Amino acid sequence: MSMLQLLTKTRTCGVNFIIKRMICTNYYLTSNAYDQANVSSSFSLIGVGHLRRNRKPDAFGFGFSDFSSSNRGVYFGGRYHSSMKLAGEQILSEEDEDEDRDEEEEKQGFDFPGGKIEYTTIINFLPGSFEKRVQCYRVLDEDGYPISSNMTELASKEVALKVYKGMVTLNTMDKFFYEAQRQGRLSFYLTSFGEEAVNLASAAALSSDDIVLAQYREPGVLLWRGFTVQDFANQCFGNKAGHGKGRQMPIHYGSKNLNYVTISSPLTTQLPQAVGMAYSLKMDKKDSCVVAFFGEGSTSEGDFHAALNFAAVMDAPVVFFCRNNGWAISTPVTQQFRSDGIVVKGQAYGISSIRVDGNDALAIYDAVRNARQIAINEQRPILIEAMTYRVSHHSTSDDSTKYRSTDEIEHWKTTHSPVTRFQKWLERKGWWSDSEEAKLHVEAKKEVKQAIDEAEREEMPQLGDMFTDVYDVLPSNLMEQETSLRETIQRHPMDFPKNMPI
Amino acid sequence: MSMTKESDTNDGIGARQQTSFRSIVSHNLLRPVIGNSFGVKEGKMWGILRQKAGGFTGVSSQGLGLRLWPVTSALRNYSSATKEMTVRDALNSALDEEMAADPNVFVMGEEVGEYQGAYKITKGLLDKYGPERVVDTPITEAGFAGIGVGSAYHGLRPVIEFMTFNFSMQAIDHIINSAAKSNYMSAGQINVPIVFRGPNGPAAGVGAQHSQCYGAWYGSVPGLKVLVPYSSEDARGLLKAAIRDPDPVVFLENELLYGESFPVSAEALDSSFCLPIGKAKIEREGKDITITAFSKMVGYALKAAEILEKEGISAEVINLRSIRPLDRATINASVRKTNRLVTVEEGFPQHGVGAEICASVVEDSFGYLDAPVERIAGADVPTPYAANLERMAFPQIEDIVRAAKRACYRAVPMAASAS
Repeated sequence: MSMLQLLTKTRTCGVNFIIKRMICTNYYLTSNAYDQANVSSSFSLIGVGHLRRNRKPDAFGFGFSDFSSSNRGVYFGGRYHSSMKLAGEQILSEEDEDEDRDEEEEKQGFDFPGGKIEYTTIINFLPGSFEKRVQCYRVLDEDGYPISSNMTELASKEVALKVYKGMVTLNTMDKFFYEAQRQGRLSFYLTSFGEEAVNLASAAALSSDDIVLAQYREPGVLLWRGFTVQDFANQCFGNKAGHGKGRQMPIHYGSKNLNYVTISSPLTTQLPQAVGMAYSLKMDKKDSCVVAFFGEGSTSEGDFHAALNFAAVMDAPVVFFCRNNGWAISTPVTQQFRSDGIVVKGQAYGISSIRVDGNDALAIYDAVRNARQIAINEQRPILIEAMTYRVSHHSTSDDSTKYRSTDEIEHWKTTHSPVTRFQKWLERKGWWSDSEEAKLHVEAKKEVKQAIDEAEREEMPQLGDMFTDVYDVLPSNLMEQETSLRETIQRHPMDFPKNMPI
Repeated sequence: MSMTKESDTNDGIGARQQTSFRSIVSHNLLRPVIGNSFGVKEGKMWGILRQKAGGFTGVSSQGLGLRLWPVTSALRNYSSATKEMTVRDALNSALDEEMAADPNVFVMGEEVGEYQGAYKITKGLLDKYGPERVVDTPITEAGFAGIGVGSAYHGLRPVIEFMTFNFSMQAIDHIINSAAKSNYMSAGQINVPIVFRGPNGPAAGVGAQHSQCYGAWYGSVPGLKVLVPYSSEDARGLLKAAIRDPDPVVFLENELLYGESFPVSAEALDSSFCLPIGKAKIEREGKDITITAFSKMVGYALKAAEILEKEGISAEVINLRSIRPLDRATINASVRKTNRLVTVEEGFPQHGVGAEICASVVEDSFGYLDAPVERIAGADVPTPYAANLERMAFPQIEDIVRAAKRACYRAVPMAASAS
């Protein structure tokens, strides 16, 4: 039985609404089973929500404002309301499953813009923090053993092996590119150590028609889709063979063919862009969605709030995938926000959200697959928060031992490595062996080293590439500038570098 | 097809043949890349050119390399326009027609739908096209600008309205980093056919945070096109061109001009009417001094020219229409003819549009200048609110007249110590 912690918001169109959130454990994504727990007599309604007319009814109950009870995260028996309320209808319980309810209170609600809200005579502030945090969906334990005995087959052997090989290739690429930067052959690089599962397992659950807008620590997604190690090397070296025509600094990959939008440096700008693309996809009525990746630090940006809010209001089919890796350069999560991570923020905007063990490849695969289905079938956004750890330094410009202990880094690197965990599971299934492991490492190393050498040898982009693509059509002023530059180079060759192709 | 050669305006520089044609092209034949004076995309120049007719000065021309598909007999001459149209209606009709022609065009912004537009520019569009194409947004410029850019990444053609361009500063990262630079950074893989439009510059009595002119800021960014319409024909033709253009366009309107009426020709009323991006218009020909202006200042410059006429100074008024690309050719040709220049703008003087025009003229036509360039700009202060102070913070007609006179009576460049 897989355990999912799911926070969803049910919505009603029109003035009717009732519950704002549902929190339950032992809840199958596809079924409505729930357990009842004791209902405390003092409670207040959390807030308002609405159901879409065409949405399947979800079971939901009251969330309790006084979260001092340990029941946070447990479903509370409550009313089950029909999802198909019309505007203006009274709040009446159709199936009152909880006989302990106080009858009077249920009838008194006030009409406010946005819907009816029941009142309470008990003054109670919603707590800002929670004793028990939102639980995390996990399939494999730390040693790669499936936790639940009747776990259904989540991933095929083919997919699982491709994920694993991708993880190892990514690691190898990161290792050697990082070293190349240290040797002065590259100007900049950033690695994804510790986040291999997030990179590959999420990509595996998507279709190639899904559009990806990433932050910068998700090259694995691009790798999965077919961007070769050579392509990565070309982009990083900024040579003429790269798709990028030498325009961008390293890590700013992109590929229109592979539906991976070019990385943009300002943080979180990809989120509203993702919503816009999803809006366009919605109009196309395609069987695909948009997936936006971002780190937990970037959720502090205004764009995060605008994007989530907008996506919810516009019913955009976006999967927001947050990599909560504990660090934003040197800022730990405790200094980044005071909320219970990002999962509750999704819910606050009216978006179904889930927290997932980001180092568990199978959990990520399952969650993304489900999220994608909901986003496409129900045309609404979903948020996934993957809890993981940034084993890497932020980038080659960072030495993270300055702000965190090497013990901490080592601990996460060894004990919680997503690669090792997945490898163990694969081996126990008989899908992988030590000899294959050794072979893979040798091949990956060879491929990466070759790619670096090739990319370094390759020519630089030619001069004309400096002027094209500013506009759709090369404007006359840039044509003049290019002509003038070429003439100057001809007249004063000593002033210009020799290896520059013209 | 009648071809009239405009001999006065563009002599000398570039020996560019100036011809005007009249043709009507149906919607289906129109392609997104429309006449702009930049490199011409092969066989893709469509558009309407206004034929020079009695009473009109100035022509909008397509430049070299035209390929037109004339449909009707060419020997029709239009008489002076009988219809007047406000700039507001001009913009509304342009939006309406472009949305009808291309289902990918949609409008997004605060209050554009139910409220019919903060300035009623989008009036009636919600009823006609529905909420999917006229999108009322939550209050987040950064949000809806980013979303607009994202939708443009995936093939839609958004027209994003800012209630005023002062608020565009909350979204400027998306305009510059997500829109302007995308085509270049992605090596041509991601183009962004988006239009950001809204009122720009001072209105009347709205204070510092509602009065700044952003022409110079956006005009300095490669990857953007920046348009500044003045009359109703400008508004129609340039907005249509902007929507059809595959590059991101910043379309700076003016709140006080929305209600002003201008005569419009029948060509301009046609739904395929389009003006070329990057071409300035000579609103009034003259031979003693060149006055460049854009947006509301064109009206002021024209009035100043009338006053100067009475004092024996014949002023040539250039309506820039486009800040980026700046029509340096037209400006320089005019200065080479008149030998004197006054630039007028409402924006702050430092690093302003006038500064760029001045530099361009000094670089290209220094020998032709008989007097230093006079720059009229808004005062170098955040806009004050009190009516008397506000009046002094922005160029008035008298300022333009005085500057023109100064340029006319100065014989040689003054010593550097002069103020």
